[in-house]
Amino acid sequence: MVNIAEYGDYETAWCPGCGNHSILSALKNALVATGLEPYNVLFISGIGQAAKAPHYLNSNLFNGLHGRSLPVATGAKLSNTELTVIVESGDGCNYGEGGNHFLAAIRRNLNVTLIVHDNQVYGLTKGQASPTSEQGFVTKNQPEGVFSQPFNPVEIAVAMNASFVARGFSGKADHLSTLIQSAIRHRGFSLVDVLQPCVSFNKVNTFGWYNQRCYIIEEDYDSTNRDMALRKASEWGDRIPLGIIYQNRRSVFEDRFPFLSNGPLARSPVQVDRVSQLFDCYR
Amino acid sequence: MENLDLNVVISGEAGQGLVTLSQILTKTLVRAGYYIVVTQSYQSRIRGGHNSYALRISHREVVAPTEALDLLVALDQNSINLYLPELSDHGFILVDEKVSSTVHSQVIRTPLADLADDKFSNSTALGMVASLLGLHKDSVTRTLREFFDKHAPGTSDHNAESLAAGYDWILNYPVKFPKLHPSTLPEGRLTLNGNEAIALGSIAAGMKFFAFYPMTPATSIATTLAGHAAQMEFVIEQAEDEISAVNMAVGASFAGAPAMVATSGGGFALMTETVSLAGMTETPVVIVVAQRPGPSTGLPTRTEQSDLEFVLHSGHGEFPRAIFTPGDVEQCFHLTIKAFQVAQKYNTPVFVLTDQFLADSYRSVGPFDLGQLSPLNPCLDSCVSANPHLTYLLTESGISPRIFPGMTSQCVRASSSSELVIADSDEHTQDGHLTEDLSVRISMVEKRLRKIDGLKSEVVGPEFIGAAAPETLFVSWGSSRGSVIEAADILSGRGWSVATLNFLQVWPLIPENFVSILEAAKYVVAVEGNATGQFARLIRRETGFHIKKVIHRFDGLPITPKYILDRI
Repeated sequence: MVNIAEYGDYETAWCPGCGNHSILSALKNALVATGLEPYNVLFISGIGQAAKAPHYLNSNLFNGLHGRSLPVATGAKLSNTELTVIVESGDGCNYGEGGNHFLAAIRRNLNVTLIVHDNQVYGLTKGQASPTSEQGFVTKNQPEGVFSQPFNPVEIAVAMNASFVARGFSGKADHLSTLIQSAIRHRGFSLVDVLQPCVSFNKVNTFGWYNQRCYIIEEDYDSTNRDMALRKASEWGDRIPLGIIYQNRRSVFEDRFPFLSNGPLARSPVQVDRVSQLFDCYR
Repeated sequence: MENLDLNVVISGEAGQGLVTLSQILTKTLVRAGYYIVVTQSYQSRIRGGHNSYALRISHREVVAPTEALDLLVALDQNSINLYLPELSDHGFILVDEKVSSTVHSQVIRTPLADLADDKFSNSTALGMVASLLGLHKDSVTRTLREFFDKHAPGTSDHNAESLAAGYDWILNYPVKFPKLHPSTLPEGRLTLNGNEAIALGSIAAGMKFFAFYPMTPATSIATTLAGHAAQMEFVIEQAEDEISAVNMAVGASFAGAPAMVATSGGGFALMTETVSLAGMTETPVVIVVAQRPGPSTGLPTRTEQSDLEFVLHSGHGEFPRAIFTPGDVEQCFHLTIKAFQVAQKYNTPVFVLTDQFLADSYRSVGPFDLGQLSPLNPCLDSCVSANPHLTYLLTESGISPRIFPGMTSQCVRASSSSELVIADSDEHTQDGHLTEDLSVRISMVEKRLRKIDGLKSEVVGPEFIGAAAPETLFVSWGSSRGSVIEAADILSGRGWSVATLNFLQVWPLIPENFVSILEAAKYVVAVEGNATGQFARLIRRETGFHIKKVIHRFDGLPITPKYILDRI
């Protein structure tokens, strides 16, 4: 049995009070609760304060480029389907720089989990607007306030028929941990959008702001009902729903490559006799 | 009447089926034992627009395209207008009498549409060409049937009847056309173009993952691979963009699958941040760049050699790389295998740089000796014991032994956390975690750059062809090789002292391999498909040797022997 100590305990570069601390802790609890050993998990992250999270976990890690963690995860998962692949990065990374990859990952429905630390602001670059910032949100770089409409990842994901869509809040870490567990167990692409305060750069969407609005979805809510999910996903403002918003059992991308079930591609080198058969097509 | 060398052009509007006709003719000729050089020229449109397929045929080895025109199959009037002035004295143009009103002693007006079903008139035309060239009706019919059985089942009989009608009509037509010299090549050779050879090379090398975003002229690499993926058990995926394609390849490679992407200049521009990522994370990846004329969208379906400097300098920061520049289809195959071996050994991005001319140019190739082949086995190649694993272990060679996430150093499923794999795009410590320790930074930069020494020891040196100590030396890289060799051959026949130095790898360069050859020649002439002489400049930068004469071509067409001879 795996215990939480195996995932290590590291000093972080995050501000005191940052939502990242409780997301990391919820994640570790979820990994332990799902019985995943660190050596069977591969974290892929991008660039940003959130993308540092896997550095504070004792596990496999590829920390790549800003916005590009989903494509790296796609290649890695297809290369070795025995790995549990978890992508962890922020709202800027996934919904801004990597927006096209986010849409493609939903369409592809590869069996990976995407955890997005969503604080509606850029932390690493010190306080610019993010794709999820509210209209009118004032920053040093947007002194007149944000003009563009915010991106609602949950609503987009449901609209695109993503196979697992959940929203959590760093202030409800136990609930978040159960969401992450469900996401990891879900076979297919799973999104967990995690609302979190940024104590340094987002003075609007504070802990209190989220805490006042976030509520856990009623127990009788049917997350397989897409019409209901679309309505739930569009809720934002005075009340913000938390929980599994939507899930389905769409076919999973890696299943279209039957040979992947034979094990990692690294262990299936090319057979020379098959190569020579191939050449016959060109004679 | 026999000819050493004939150039047949099939020309018409896109969508008229000229590629099908041409490919059947091409394969028939290769099977019959002829050398060929194909030049495909098309406008960037699916239907309409002017396309041509030029097929140079000889019983002797030919390595370059030519402007000469001995037989034109004109599928539209426009083709006649374009090519009639270039027709050789003994040449002919075949055209459907209903398509053209041109009356000329060298234009054979054929009742193409009336000889057989109009739907199959391309096969009728093919029969006429085969008959004029003196090919056996049976051999061309066999190739035609194979093609249609595969691509349009149920139409083989009609097509074969049409072919026969065209073939027989020419037999009864009073025309003297030079027949091909009997061929000498043994059977079993392959009909391959550059892109197909790269695709087959990647499979033979042991590639297990390929991602792409379509871009001319690289797309047919993906098309070829898609046809073999299930059988050869590798993953192929069309990504949402080139950025995703190359990041997928990096992810796959990190997790153990030898990986490749293929694109052209504009798509490669999108990939460059990840070239740097592969350099920093020390992840092997093979990147094929099939050049076309730029800047920007440029001439999308034409050829050029203008991305050498771009590929050489792509990616921010300093890290090692290798760039292979195959000069013909056979080299496309072998150098792609070499690219995988080098990438996998030195854990860094490696390039195969080609262009539209070579990508689309069919040749008679091989057969390859697969007995020598040893496809990559990532487990055997990479896995060594280390505990705990250090992704960026500092070594004398700069090469850190790799293991793969979820697997032990013995390449079996991991059962403890002692061999975790951590890679970072930030500067990192040996264990792979990001660092701001500037002394670590220095040691990591030096470690990465130490791999250059190894890469240099693996360099495929330039190929010298011709008499030793020539007065005139042509320097080529990539696909201009064939034309340079033929131009030198012609000049040599005229009494010149001439040779060629052809670079199959343009980076790293080892000056000791070639500077003395450059210095010994009286005249050195670089021949490049670009406007600025990028390779000549690179040689000067690396060796101090100034190549004063550069023959450039940047009109989108391939360099030919005549193009060189006209400018020497």
